[in-house]
Amino acid sequence: MSKTIPTLSAPQRPSRSSSVRRLRLRLEHRSFRLLCASSAVLVCGVLLAMLFFMFRTGVLTFRDVPVSEFFLSTAWEPENEKYGALVFILGTFAVTGLTLLIAVPISLLAALFLAELAPQRLSRVVRPILDLLVGIPSVVYGYMGLTLLIPALRAVTGSNLGDGVLAASLVLAVMVLPTITRISDDALRAVPRKYVQGSFALGATRFQTVTGVILPAAGRGIVQAVILGMARAIGETMAVVMVIGNTPQLADSLLKPTSVLTSNIVMQLPNVPFDSTWNNALYMMGFLLLAISLLMIGVVRMLQKKGENAA
Amino acid sequence: MSQAANQARRTALRRSRRADKAFTAVVWSVGLGCVLFTLALLGTILAEGLPGLSWSFVLGLPSEIEEGGGIGPALFNSLYILVLSLLISIPLGLASGIYLAEFAPDNRAIGLIRICVEGLASVPSLIFGLFGIALFVEGMGIGLTIIGGAVTLALLNLPLLTRVTEEAMRSVPPEYKQGSLALGATHTQTIFKVCLPAALSSIMTGISLTAGRAFGESAVIVLVSGVSTSGLMWDFDPMSPGATLAVHLWYVQSEAIVPDAADIASHAAAVLLIVVLLLNLLLRIPIWWNARRA
Repeated sequence: MSKTIPTLSAPQRPSRSSSVRRLRLRLEHRSFRLLCASSAVLVCGVLLAMLFFMFRTGVLTFRDVPVSEFFLSTAWEPENEKYGALVFILGTFAVTGLTLLIAVPISLLAALFLAELAPQRLSRVVRPILDLLVGIPSVVYGYMGLTLLIPALRAVTGSNLGDGVLAASLVLAVMVLPTITRISDDALRAVPRKYVQGSFALGATRFQTVTGVILPAAGRGIVQAVILGMARAIGETMAVVMVIGNTPQLADSLLKPTSVLTSNIVMQLPNVPFDSTWNNALYMMGFLLLAISLLMIGVVRMLQKKGENAA
Repeated sequence: MSQAANQARRTALRRSRRADKAFTAVVWSVGLGCVLFTLALLGTILAEGLPGLSWSFVLGLPSEIEEGGGIGPALFNSLYILVLSLLISIPLGLASGIYLAEFAPDNRAIGLIRICVEGLASVPSLIFGLFGIALFVEGMGIGLTIIGGAVTLALLNLPLLTRVTEEAMRSVPPEYKQGSLALGATHTQTIFKVCLPAALSSIMTGISLTAGRAFGESAVIVLVSGVSTSGLMWDFDPMSPGATLAVHLWYVQSEAIVPDAADIASHAAAVLLIVVLLLNLLLRIPIWWNARRA
């Protein structure tokens, strides 16, 4: 094909080939746009399908099990037709709470280190190192918990069982640490420098500046970081399975084997017939997890909106 | 100023200075502690798993009863499922990200799609596993398969890829786009020839993140692809059961009866970690190359 040299002559009637080309381009554009739109709708559809399906299967539980038994009973004995999920719900809350109790203070200090105290050159090296922690697969965390942490816990506490809420929380704390740290780090660095300089100019020490100016200014971002870390802790499965003990009993001690929503689902589901009440109850627990994680993302979005309005 | 007030002021100053010193010390020690802990963790995994690691282990067939089994089929399944899931999720993720960045009007319906993408990104992987079971294992009745796991993993990665692509496309300077449009290119031509190349390095970073996550993901695979392999090496049949290396690590550690389970687990953990690190590096090479050329 020879190239035509564009000239500045008066516009001529488009030749036939150019109008065909134009048609082709328009068609190309239209179909590409349609393709993109349908993929976006597909992403949306996956979530809606998931919500619908989990709910539809889960709600079948309540044909055979009273709602109050499912939520308020601690007796999980599927072989005796008893489906009380309270142990797992409480287990999930206990593990998540303890995880945050351990991880949040450390992450905040680490974020302060990265954003405010460390020389920028050091921070630039440390951030990718922390990001490596995010990349480690969760089974590897579980494996480390099982082979290193649990023997250590046994040695320290003198109990003969190491698995339970404490072990799970410690493993999860390491897993959510980089998430909370990096998002808080971003929030801290987004605090306008003039606030910090103003505080220093008034004679405040660094400690006073951090507690009086920087932390309040970055508060909303830090809350988001904590919620995202919490979402990760609630949904984490395989690492928890390996260190929690997988026994459906209420944990009245930090070192007693117990079970959480995720671990119970993944341990029992492969061995349960699909159309049974047992299976439906597991799906109901899955629906609970789904609802909790969507609720948390809703809170994060609300905080973001508020932040935009305030800014 | 009176003597007493001066004295009080000086004490307060000294106290706040001391608090500042203590604060600095605590933050520095926590910061460095985190770094040391990370390096120690990675070092321990590698130090325990690397000695004695051999090609016959990495590529060998597993053994249920005797010592000396390898991880070949599991490692192969990991890579196979990873490639299949990326083949599905990259085009879909790019397309929906491009739609949100370039075409989507700013209205309620699009707001809903955005909420869905963010919501889906926060759904625990286990829930995708439950969904995968319902869709493939029970719904289509094909049992535990590689293809079911791959598609479910693709769905898991879809929201992340969408978000990364949208952000990358939005961060392309508008002058590039305007220049291309002013030269008479269509919007589609502009996206393919100007915006995508400019956004490529951020998109590649996102893909490498999702690839690493998909490679290490285990909850989805346990539920949708199972905990066993077909026992053959280079088994490309997408309908075979598809335990991956991550699942194999869990299985060996918790259920297997082979006498050298502990060895297999420590080697498998090291291999898993190395591949994840390699994935991060390999997929970043185009970025460096791009940055050097620019």
